[in-house]
Amino acid sequence: MRDMPGRPSRRGFLKGSAAGVAIASLAGAVKAQAPEKEAPPPLDQYERVYFNEAEWAFVMAACDRLIPSGGNGPGAIDCRVPVFIDRQLSGNFGKAADWYMQGPFDPAANPTLGFQSPLTPAEIYRQAIPVFQDWCNQTHGDNFENLEAATQDAALTSLQKGEVGLAPELRDFFQFLLANTKEGYFADPSYGGNHDMQAWVYIGFPGARGAFTSWPGRENAQYPLGPVAINGDRA
Amino acid sequence: MATRTDPKKDVVIIGLGWTGAIMGMELANEGLEILALERGDDRSTVPDFQYPNIFDELKYAVRYDLMQKPVNSTLTVRHNTAETALPYRHLGSFLPGDGVGGAGVHWNGQNWRPQAVEYRLRSYVEETFGADIIPEGMQLQDWGVTAEELEPHMTKFESVAGIAGKAGNINGEIQEGGNPFEAPRSAEYPMPPLKNTWDSELFADAARNMGYHPFPRPAANASIQYVNDYGMQLGPCNYCGYCERFGCNNYSKSSPQVCIIDALKRKPNFSYRTRSEVLKIEKAADGKTATGVTYFDEKTGEEVFQPADLVLVCAYSLHNVHLLLLSEIGEPYNPDTGEGVVGRNYSYQMTGGTSMWFRDKVFNPFVGTGAGGMSIDDFSMSQIDFGKEGFIGGSYITCGHTGGRPIQQMSLPPGTPAWGAGWKEAVGEWYGHSLSIGSHGSNMAYRDTCLDLDPTYKDRHGRPLMRMTFDWKDNDIRMTQFMKARIEEIAKSMNPDAMASGYKGDGAQYDVRPYQSTHNVGGAIMGTDPKTSAINRYLQSWDCHNVWVMGASAFPQNIQYNPTGAVGGLAYWALEALRKDYLPNPRPLM
Ligand SMILES: Cc1cc2nc3c(=O)[nH]c(=O)nc-3n(C[C@H](O)[C@H](O)[C@H](O)COP(=O)(O)OP(=O)(O)OC[C@H]3O[C@@H](n4cnc5c(N)ncnc54)[C@H](O)[C@@H]3O)c2cc1C
Ligand code: SF4
Repeated sequence: MRDMPGRPSRRGFLKGSAAGVAIASLAGAVKAQAPEKEAPPPLDQYERVYFNEAEWAFVMAACDRLIPSGGNGPGAIDCRVPVFIDRQLSGNFGKAADWYMQGPFDPAANPTLGFQSPLTPAEIYRQAIPVFQDWCNQTHGDNFENLEAATQDAALTSLQKGEVGLAPELRDFFQFLLANTKEGYFADPSYGGNHDMQAWVYIGFPGARGAFTSWPGRENAQYPLGPVAINGDRA
Repeated sequence: MATRTDPKKDVVIIGLGWTGAIMGMELANEGLEILALERGDDRSTVPDFQYPNIFDELKYAVRYDLMQKPVNSTLTVRHNTAETALPYRHLGSFLPGDGVGGAGVHWNGQNWRPQAVEYRLRSYVEETFGADIIPEGMQLQDWGVTAEELEPHMTKFESVAGIAGKAGNINGEIQEGGNPFEAPRSAEYPMPPLKNTWDSELFADAARNMGYHPFPRPAANASIQYVNDYGMQLGPCNYCGYCERFGCNNYSKSSPQVCIIDALKRKPNFSYRTRSEVLKIEKAADGKTATGVTYFDEKTGEEVFQPADLVLVCAYSLHNVHLLLLSEIGEPYNPDTGEGVVGRNYSYQMTGGTSMWFRDKVFNPFVGTGAGGMSIDDFSMSQIDFGKEGFIGGSYITCGHTGGRPIQQMSLPPGTPAWGAGWKEAVGEWYGHSLSIGSHGSNMAYRDTCLDLDPTYKDRHGRPLMRMTFDWKDNDIRMTQFMKARIEEIAKSMNPDAMASGYKGDGAQYDVRPYQSTHNVGGAIMGTDPKTSAINRYLQSWDCHNVWVMGASAFPQNIQYNPTGAVGGLAYWALEALRKDYLPNPRPLM
């Protein structure tokens, strides 16, 4: 969370306002009683539900470029975004469970007519990753995960621009990858990403608080409380 | 073929959203035996929308948990009659409801009445500017009903839904702080306006400085405690920021549940069945009346014939048209000849917007409501010289945010990369520093914007999907470009650090991917001529007098506002005709 120029920092605000003190000490009290949470397994020991070894290596590396660590704010890896994507692909989204998937299909149709692939999102990841890896090998001499960061960025840019020779039924791959990465960064932590609500803390989004009766109309006043998750966790 | 026939009812209602709930309540009060059939699940505030589980952006806003599932029901889309239509395989552009409450569960609650000129648009254009200005192919039509006739029924809906707002014209007298361009209304809104967010105040100041007339957007989000006509209670909105696409956890957003259905469920002469999708309206041998409906009972896997004296089609505009086409009630519209009525005059909503970023302003965007904000109507239909500007239409212009949910509502300045270190830096720097002024405008119907049955694709019951033929037209693009110029003037006067506009331009094609609005209208339009309308001015089918069709499918072209105020008003208008004129003597009323 960036502090506003000329305004007290977030911490200072909490200390300095009566309401802040009351809420801060309440939060402290709850924390004191709460049992220590067990840390989730490191990503290389995470038990995957959809991805195989090779896909996991790619997705880890790709997420790390789409939202890199370092600089301000957490990266996709810090937020465990690959876990989110793995779970999404094994669930309703990955299976296109809610989508109309009857043929005939015209995957090369005018894109304004929307998704027209016969493949589910999970199948698209599975079939597109090897095609992209082949392209990386041919163009840059190695698998994506082994390339230099700048080369990885160039490769992802080619993928985004449709320059890597994906068949029409795979053409939405990059869009899915990018959208799922951002979803995993910002969704409620119960889905496996946004670990410890780091992405919410970073931008100043209070999560599932959802009660702001005295807040509309305040001019340039930064909301003081950190986020809560649906399961009641606070950050 | 039906495998079961159930005991006859006086009335069968197809769909239990806003219009189904209204019809159910009022006809139950008449003492009739009523059955509502709803294809989706039952839904109540608790447990379905309860805190904190409903505050889940991924589940509800991104994965559409409360909406129609295309696997069960969808349509096909093409831009013109020469193109092959393809299925709307997952949701994007519009989000029809599914389940008790319909889209009234997950709407924003921006509740408007059309302007007086909108009900008689063709007459107004001809009288004021001459028929020559109507572009080739544009099928402008009058509704067959006037603002004066609808006024008491609009008032009734606003009273039931509990709308927060400020009147601008009470019985012809202009009210300070309201919308001076609205049609005269008989009373003030039931509730005072919501509290404003700071961004909408800044917009209102800028608009006022330019000589415009800002007023609070009429909202179906309660500003105070309220008890409605049916004894149902709303509590004040807490600006939770999870409004549209979500059910309200707080009994604050007007929904069929909160305003009607919980009272309706207590009526002994009303019953409803969920997971019961109506497949067809059945016609009597002479074709002049319906005998009831056939529906698929998902719980038993049976097709059931439900006999009834009155069939009320309340399935949402698109599904209303689909059902009429499948049931062969009314002649299907043919865009090549311009003949036929069912499927005629489909239209949509033309929207656009300008976003602004302010480095030193914090807007706390997560403090938001679905409908609050400030608007101006200075560029509305009644205020524009169509002859001079070269288009027919208008728009309201508005500012106020509905939430700051980070997956879908992250607004970043132009030039920000879509990913990488630059994107990450920008979300930290700019989240909560933007505001947006929107244009919400009319869309005209044309000879080739229409709905019919698809020749190729079938639904899970083996019935043809409905096919939508729709694209943006020059007239409507000129309208939105006009709004762009007006809005950018206001935006520049606010001195933002960065600014970006998004409006349809020359050659823009309808794109089903980004959300635009669930304001699909037309296809079973009302009117006074059976050659150009599917239902008469009381919303009664011209062909089967005991079939009545509610909802925005009745609009001959789209208004410049969100539709539900008019949809609710029309339902009460139809009820008056039903009660006073039809039930004592069932027959075609015109
Ligand atoms: C995200 C969103 C935001 C919106 N915001 C606004 C707004 O701010 N202002 C505004 O004016 N409007 C808004 N709308 C539109 C508004 O929700 C609709 O105009 C309104 O709900 C229409 O009411 P209805 O009764 O016609 O249909 P619905 O409320 O959709 O109800 C129709 C019901 O019929 C059922 N059904 C359909 N087919 C069948 C069948 N064959 N058998 C049995 N049941 C069937 C459906 O499941 C549904 O429950 C919004 C919509 C969405 C999705
Ligand atoms: S913003 Fe208000 S009306 Fe909307 S869901 Fe939240 S509490 Fe309900």
